[in-house]
Amino acid sequence: MAIRIALAGNPNCGKTTLFNLLTGTHQYVGNWPGVTVEKKEGKLKKHTDVKVTDLPGIYSLSPYTPEEVVARNYLTEEKPEVILNIVDGSHIERNLYLTTQLLELGIPVVVAVNMMDIVRKSGDKIKTAELSKLLGCPVVEISALKNQGTDKAIEECMKAAEGAKPVPQHTFSGPVEHAIAHIEEAVLHDRPEQQQRWYAIKLFERDEKIIEKLGISEETLKHIEEDIKKAETEMDDDAESIITNARYEYIGTLMKKCYHKKNSKALTVSDKIDKVVTNRILALPIFVIVMFLVYSLVMMPVPMPWGDSLGTIMTDWANDGVFGDEGWYLFGIGQGDYDTAMDEYAEKNIWTNEFKADIDKAVKADALGAEDISGAIEDGSFSDFDEAYGTYSSSLEEYFTENNIEYTFTDIYDEATGEDAQELPEKASYGVFVKSIPALLEPAFENAPSWLHGLVFDGIIGGVGAVLGFVPQMLLLFLFLAFLEGCGYMARIAFVLDRVFRRFGLSGKSFIPMLVGSGCGVPGIMASRTIESQRDRRMTIMTTTFIPCGAKMPIIALLTAALFGGAWWVAPSAYFLGVAAIIISGIMLKKTKMFAGDPAPFVMELPAYHLPTVGSILRSMWERGWSFIKKAGTIILISSVLIWLGNTLGWNDGVFGYYEEFGDDGLSILNAIGNAICWIFAPLGFGEATATVATIMGLVAKEEVVGVFGVLDFKGLAPLAGYSFLAFNLLCAPCFAAIGAIKREMNSAKWTLFAVGYQCIFAYATALMIYQFGLLFTGSVNIIGLIAAILVLGIICFMVFRPTPKSHKLKASTA
Amino acid sequence: MKTLRQAQVGQTVRVVKLHGEGALRRRMMDMGITKGTEIYIRKIAPLGDPVEVNIRGYELTLRKEDAGIVEIETEEN
Repeated sequence: MAIRIALAGNPNCGKTTLFNLLTGTHQYVGNWPGVTVEKKEGKLKKHTDVKVTDLPGIYSLSPYTPEEVVARNYLTEEKPEVILNIVDGSHIERNLYLTTQLLELGIPVVVAVNMMDIVRKSGDKIKTAELSKLLGCPVVEISALKNQGTDKAIEECMKAAEGAKPVPQHTFSGPVEHAIAHIEEAVLHDRPEQQQRWYAIKLFERDEKIIEKLGISEETLKHIEEDIKKAETEMDDDAESIITNARYEYIGTLMKKCYHKKNSKALTVSDKIDKVVTNRILALPIFVIVMFLVYSLVMMPVPMPWGDSLGTIMTDWANDGVFGDEGWYLFGIGQGDYDTAMDEYAEKNIWTNEFKADIDKAVKADALGAEDISGAIEDGSFSDFDEAYGTYSSSLEEYFTENNIEYTFTDIYDEATGEDAQELPEKASYGVFVKSIPALLEPAFENAPSWLHGLVFDGIIGGVGAVLGFVPQMLLLFLFLAFLEGCGYMARIAFVLDRVFRRFGLSGKSFIPMLVGSGCGVPGIMASRTIESQRDRRMTIMTTTFIPCGAKMPIIALLTAALFGGAWWVAPSAYFLGVAAIIISGIMLKKTKMFAGDPAPFVMELPAYHLPTVGSILRSMWERGWSFIKKAGTIILISSVLIWLGNTLGWNDGVFGYYEEFGDDGLSILNAIGNAICWIFAPLGFGEATATVATIMGLVAKEEVVGVFGVLDFKGLAPLAGYSFLAFNLLCAPCFAAIGAIKREMNSAKWTLFAVGYQCIFAYATALMIYQFGLLFTGSVNIIGLIAAILVLGIICFMVFRPTPKSHKLKASTA
Repeated sequence: MKTLRQAQVGQTVRVVKLHGEGALRRRMMDMGITKGTEIYIRKIAPLGDPVEVNIRGYELTLRKEDAGIVEIETEEN
């Protein structure tokens, strides 16, 4: 018989560990429909006809959180054959509270008391046989971590699935039972008998969701209300309290009979750790150190005195090695020798006196980028030189042609690095040189038509590769996140930072996504999964990408160099802009209808510290990484190909077709679109086709903005328009990869659209204000534009400073 | 009326009644803050809010503002 087992239990009770143990690799991870609650299903390792569903970790079956609603809907509608309720033996009192509710559902329940090893070690005693008798359901002792007793638990589940439906052993006081009986009789007689008690209790609690679901008429409701009122008067309390109190009182009697606590006042190890970690004085410094460690290892986009961060090294390897033009040295062996050889070669063959003379001329004339190139030559580093040369050589050429000065440096470079160059060091002779994916594929496409070559290399590998290149770094980050979460520190971060973040409608845990977002928005958005409250999570997802990520750095760097003469304040102002955008958005959004009606109580358990297992950390890391890779394979693939098509299809001399390059009169589809819609950006100061195309290309990857726009095009912009362009591109819709991540985490097309739409509108408003108010100082005021900017400022001020709309009674979650 | 908000760090207090309504109140009850429960105030976060309490053998954190709906009595009175 096909049996479905539902795993239910409190958060941190070891449910996920047990689930992984039972199902091994036969897992499916997804989302419950319409909510951002993770759904996990799997098949038993030993009985593949038994399906296990891992319900979200919950404390109760109330109608107020999406997790709880998802769980109770599954249990009442899908009616699994048996519930395996995992109970944390070290916090048994609170854990049994859920058990009392599960027992009322009319589904066989098996209670597995987990962490029995810890309980025994602390000297406490739980009499499980007695507990089983009192609860009226099987109770087994297990330790998921040490894989003890799990076979027995499954065995009991199989038995229970075929056995009789359970009858809850706990009863409420006389008046309540009286009311419940009345409710059953009045409205529930056509419901399955074993579910009647559950629904009756929920109706007694005035559970709005259940009332709605059962479609109870006003009249009957009034009738029931009389019964409830009567019980309430008699008990001198409200219905919800009566039920909750009764449950905990019942658990109290169970505890007396089955639980013996070794009375020790000694602090546990966890208590001792916590005394230090969330200490009033030490908490913040410790937090800063932990964050700095993680950040400098994983994300740091600029090299520290002791070298690049591990994450940067991994991304460089993936981007320049695996997806690069040539390949990489196995374990980096040979790279050093090759670099030295190249430095020597460059010294002799590239940086000749003529070459240096040209560069010196450019430096004296202050040509863009000349300083960078000459600096690299002085340092004698070919790799630095090559990077600078790649970026700025066209700018230098332009300078020489414009001023009618003869130059030879490009010829020298081309000759020395071309295919016919003698003595040019061969990469393969310095170590085990592994070819990159493009280099490996190249021979296969040698005779392919050029469009196919372009599609594969520029479209697919270029687009998807740019995104997959981040995977190693992301896995590293997820590893750290999984550890912080698993050991219990993540909850403390929320505890320490809650006060700061809640003012902006965010959670203390929003800090991590934003910090990570300064490296890459995609893992930043995915890190938001550690935030329990759906409202805070959505808000965090929407605002995380406002922080300039690593790919936006080149845009900032180039604009700073090209338009602001390398002014020191440009880069910090970009970060300031990002933070301000988050704060303003947070305050505005939390007052909107979409967020205001959905308050999230911050009443949170601080789990005991413990060392997570290596397996659980690796699994968590892989789950997140994999869900991202899947995205890259679908959404990102399609979008990259579309953008590639837009770039290569078009008109040359009036003939439509595929072209590798467009002449002066030619026009690609993307450029045509740019021409058609560039008027939109006119009020922001950059209403021209190139800037528009660059912005569109930014959707593939933000650094593409620089690629399309090029150093020289920036020169055409006035500094003010340039800054407006920068602001817009920093704040508007992120790249496809990040949009994919938003879609994945929001689990709703509507919310994804709202998030991206909001970002674009906010970016537009910001850039509009920057440009129009900026014009005031340059003296060329545009009256209509100025009025528009003042209007926008007024609207934002109103939305920030208006009082929070009275939220109509705290409503049940809409999930 | 004395509430959990006014309780001092290191004190053990007893819950008299939960005021307020809706999600917050229910959540507190679900987490075990019910009539007669003993609560030990463990500490206050470095920035002055929220507070950490020990209840029913585990650690719980809640904001001071929310703690205002929990009416308590101290051992002395």
